[in-house]
Amino acid sequence: MATAVTEKYRTVIGLEFHVQLLTESKMFCACSAQYAANPPNTVVCPVCLGLPGALPVINEKVIECIVMTGMALNSQIPEFAKFDRKNYPYPDLPKGYQISQFDLPFCIEGHLTLDEEDGGRTIGITRVHQEEDTAKSTHVTAASGERYSLVDFNRSGVPLMEVVTEPDIASPEEAAAFGRKLRQIVRYLGISTGNMEDGAMRCDANISVWPADAPLGDIKVEVKNMNSFRAVERALYFEQERQTRILESGNDTRVTETRGWVETSGETVSQRTKEEAHDYRYFPEPDLPPLQLSREWIEGVREKLPELPAAKKERFMAEFDLSDYDASLLTQSRDLADYFEAASAGAKNAKAVANWMSRNLLQRLNESGSEIGDCKISPDALAEMILMIESGAISNRMAQEVFDQMFDTGKSAKVIVKEQGLAQISDEDELAGIVATVIAENPAAVQDFNQGKKRAIGFLVGQVMKATRGKANPGIVNQKLQEALRQD
Amino acid sequence: MTDSEGSDSISRADVQHVANLARLALSAEEEERFQHQLSAVFEHFQKLSALDTEQIPPTAQVIPLKNVMRPDTVEPSLAEQDVLANAPDREGDQFRVRAILDF
Repeated sequence: MATAVTEKYRTVIGLEFHVQLLTESKMFCACSAQYAANPPNTVVCPVCLGLPGALPVINEKVIECIVMTGMALNSQIPEFAKFDRKNYPYPDLPKGYQISQFDLPFCIEGHLTLDEEDGGRTIGITRVHQEEDTAKSTHVTAASGERYSLVDFNRSGVPLMEVVTEPDIASPEEAAAFGRKLRQIVRYLGISTGNMEDGAMRCDANISVWPADAPLGDIKVEVKNMNSFRAVERALYFEQERQTRILESGNDTRVTETRGWVETSGETVSQRTKEEAHDYRYFPEPDLPPLQLSREWIEGVREKLPELPAAKKERFMAEFDLSDYDASLLTQSRDLADYFEAASAGAKNAKAVANWMSRNLLQRLNESGSEIGDCKISPDALAEMILMIESGAISNRMAQEVFDQMFDTGKSAKVIVKEQGLAQISDEDELAGIVATVIAENPAAVQDFNQGKKRAIGFLVGQVMKATRGKANPGIVNQKLQEALRQD
Repeated sequence: MTDSEGSDSISRADVQHVANLARLALSAEEEERFQHQLSAVFEHFQKLSALDTEQIPPTAQVIPLKNVMRPDTVEPSLAEQDVLANAPDREGDQFRVRAILDF
């Protein structure tokens, strides 16, 4: 799209994220929440089947998780919250309603600030509320043409937290950046896997495009079916362009509608819905007493709040003197940050650890598509290798080779060095002997040096390295050469 | 309520709307009958509006309980044959229902 057209319009995006919480049991009953790991319909009970007379009871851990999320998103935690029934009949919701929250959710008026590299803007968070996931339907068309659905209730009642943003997001890129930031936070909190691919985190977006110089209208398009952050970005970009083209035509034919993202064709397609579809007739859930969380209870949750990415990054910069870039990189995930801190404690040289992690370790992990948790090099093993460089046991150059072997085999630096005779020669007497031989064999270079061509020493260092197959300690070689040449 | 017809406070359109939400197929005769009956129920409750509730906070719950929670522990679920015992139809270990793809 031409820049001129882009600048004529502004894009308004609000996001809704559903986040499955990592609890042992379900939201309102004691069935296992491991819905995918169990065969269909084996972790269900009268509560999650919606049988008459079954009564829900709130899982306290869920409330902890959502309150913790609210704190991490700078939200207010109102002292009074309640659950409501959201009514709609569908086979994956056997009660005929979903237990959700309407007007008194657990968290309100939060905000989240994006990283500098993502524009650094602060996005308002309207609310975070708690609800239950639905059963899983599989739609089948039989050979006879008959269409029916199969329903597995394992997922019915799994705790699902919904985060709703203000319409503060101004571009598809910013929407994806917000999603990644939110995912980073729920992973830091340890309350969700945050995986979009398996539905543990799902995103719906409301988007509309308006002339930059006019007030906003009230049409919006809800986009669903985006299963990755890349899909979020692509779908919203498609929708932004589609709406801009309609506005450019001079005849605004847009309507408020739901459109589904089709990954294969790379477009959004209108999903025909009747206007009554959103008439949910919410009313208070009579089976669940409201929650009035005491100050002590809330403060107890606050004490469990781990250090969050932004605070950790600041601390890494202050405590370890890391650059903004390295600190961002090393606080991407809690596992990575923990690895860094453990290795730094062992190596007593945080900057060296940061360098090895950012230049070597992350690159190798990226190439192999693995996570820090899968890494064969333990933090202690990396620390040991760095200590060996500092003691002169191996040179920096050798360490590159040793590191690669550690990454591939999981062997320690000491073992690799011993097995392959890689140890650096730092023995002064041994090196003095080699230096003497090199000087004797290269009179021309020695003469150049004595005539003031100081750079000739580089050639001589190179010859010592060649003689030792790169294992000589370059600092000592330099020193021995200087000494020997001065004596000449 | 919208466009009331005759003496009924609930319109035919209201009945059709609610029936649609509940996936109920009503005959014209039923729609008319329910329009009268629902109007009577609605008017009965309208009497409550006569009370002055200005000073009374909204009540979501009439039972004097709050903060009823359970620890996050797993207990055995129902046996599979019990889960599917009341299924209108089944296929393998899943419930089988008519497709409701469009609503």
